[in-house]
Amino acid sequence: MKEVSQETTPGAQTQHLSAPSNLPKREWKNRVFKTIFATAVGFSLLMLLILIIRIITQGIGSLDWQLFTNFASRHPEQAGLKAPLIGTIWMMALTAPISFVLGVGTAIYLEEYAKPNRFTALIQTNISNLAGVPSVVFGLLGLTLFVRELALGRSLIAGALTMSLLILPIIVVSTQEALRAVPSELKQASYAMGATTWQTIFKVVLPASVPGILTGTILALSRAIGETAPLIMIGALTYIAFLPESIMSQFTVMPIQIFNWTNRPQEEFHMVAAAGIIILLVMLLLMNSIAVWIRNKFQRRF
Amino acid sequence: MMSDNERPSIRKMIEDKASQKGATNAAEKTMPKLFLICAIISILTTFGIVLTLLFETITFFSEVSIVEFLTSSQWYPMFSDPDYGIRPLLLGTFTIAAIAMVVAIPVGLAVAIYLSEYASDKIRRTIKPILEVLAGIPTIVYGFFALTFVTPVLQAVIPGLAIYNALSPGLVMGIMIIPMVASLSEDAMSAVPQSMREGAFALGATRLEVSLRVVFPAALSGIIASFVLSISRAIGETMIVTVAGGGSPAQGLDITSSMQTMTAYIVQMSLGDAGFGTTVYYSIYAVGMTLFIFTLAMNLLAQFISKRFREEY
Repeated sequence: MKEVSQETTPGAQTQHLSAPSNLPKREWKNRVFKTIFATAVGFSLLMLLILIIRIITQGIGSLDWQLFTNFASRHPEQAGLKAPLIGTIWMMALTAPISFVLGVGTAIYLEEYAKPNRFTALIQTNISNLAGVPSVVFGLLGLTLFVRELALGRSLIAGALTMSLLILPIIVVSTQEALRAVPSELKQASYAMGATTWQTIFKVVLPASVPGILTGTILALSRAIGETAPLIMIGALTYIAFLPESIMSQFTVMPIQIFNWTNRPQEEFHMVAAAGIIILLVMLLLMNSIAVWIRNKFQRRF
Repeated sequence: MMSDNERPSIRKMIEDKASQKGATNAAEKTMPKLFLICAIISILTTFGIVLTLLFETITFFSEVSIVEFLTSSQWYPMFSDPDYGIRPLLLGTFTIAAIAMVVAIPVGLAVAIYLSEYASDKIRRTIKPILEVLAGIPTIVYGFFALTFVTPVLQAVIPGLAIYNALSPGLVMGIMIIPMVASLSEDAMSAVPQSMREGAFALGATRLEVSLRVVFPAALSGIIASFVLSISRAIGETMIVTVAGGGSPAQGLDITSSMQTMTAYIVQMSLGDAGFGTTVYYSIYAVGMTLFIFTLAMNLLAQFISKRFREEY
């Protein structure tokens, strides 16, 4: 910036009244760098493309109905995803309500009830720091607290509680943003009609912010569905040839089965793993599409 | 004034009416408490993490001296005469994170400059969601990609490359982190007021000069914070290094051979080698504690940088 302003100081003005002589060079440089920056964008998109094409070509051959109906097997051609698929659905069905209630509750407290004091600041700082804790550390917490101390064992509920704590910060932050986007006029109008704080929150603020909250929650769950490390930590990686029957059942999930197959030396298992990845990515795509659809369809701008 | 006289009586009417509704009153009293409990759980989670790591780490240090942990250059927990020196794991962690940053920082920053300064609104709105897809792909998928595609491709170029090496997971992790650098840096650059750009354009600066000499310095605190956060993310990344990085501790800076990271050690040990109550079992908590301290320090540093050095316009 300094040099730019030097060029146009009054003393130099007479010299530069017409286009500065170095302008063509500077504009050439601008074009070169624009190409470099655009190449970086192209590189990123190309990598995404290679990743997706590679996985599809690798996995498409193993993608058949048997994959959904068979349990894991020592023989790659018979190996299926039945247990991890049902396990992932169980895991999501348990994680969603737990993390939703805790996350939305925390956000409502912070946005609607909390006074701006030290304690509130502590919670807020704490949440942003929790968001940066590596997922494997959450796995260590789950292993000690849920599996051992609370004696839940290597069960679905232990995994779901660990996952809930992991995605809690994401849900809190996105819910806070959704709540903040509700204009205060709506709240004032509600109070003016004689509504209490809770009535205003439940009947005015929440209905207005529910699309934002749901979008944030689904995106958080789509993070949870691909998480592997914390569930390995609590011991989900076991050979499972049965479906979970209750929240205390042992389980496996999609990313863990994919990890298991990736770790085997045989090329055939890598192909089955790729087929599993395709299914996992389709699930993610579905969840993200629903989130985007909710955002576009129901989000009101105030 | 009429209204001034009336106000207390209306308020009293409302209060009378409210007190008749026992249910409303009960909800009014209990709801804030319920929400407070939710908020406290997030604090308890942090306490839980710190206490868990602390207690198990203390147990570990009652069996292995902390001096050995910090100073020994050998990490062989499974030997009959085990060595517990954290240095090889730190070396592996930071080498792979450094490789990732060599990819993620220049590319991510270039993407950010392009999206924030050069791209039209339409291009920006198309590319940003696609880049978010790159960030949303589960890390196990990147690990699979590193092991079954990137490593064989690299082996064709570098003959001495082992199947499990530091280079391949480092590069793939870098690709994964590009969107994080790009999106955080772009946020910082977009926050620079338009008037500053227009001022520079009016002085005859080209778009490159505006980007590099006006916008970049003004957004520098946010950009540096995005780098620090990305390094923290790279240090904590687990599945890519577990799958493609291998399980032998680093023997120096040779990135063509296997380098175990802290995260990979934790996962590989919990896969079955460590029986509950053994020294090896407690060692995963000591490594987890080290990992936690490093990532927390990075995150606090990023917050400090973006707060302390923010340029207000």
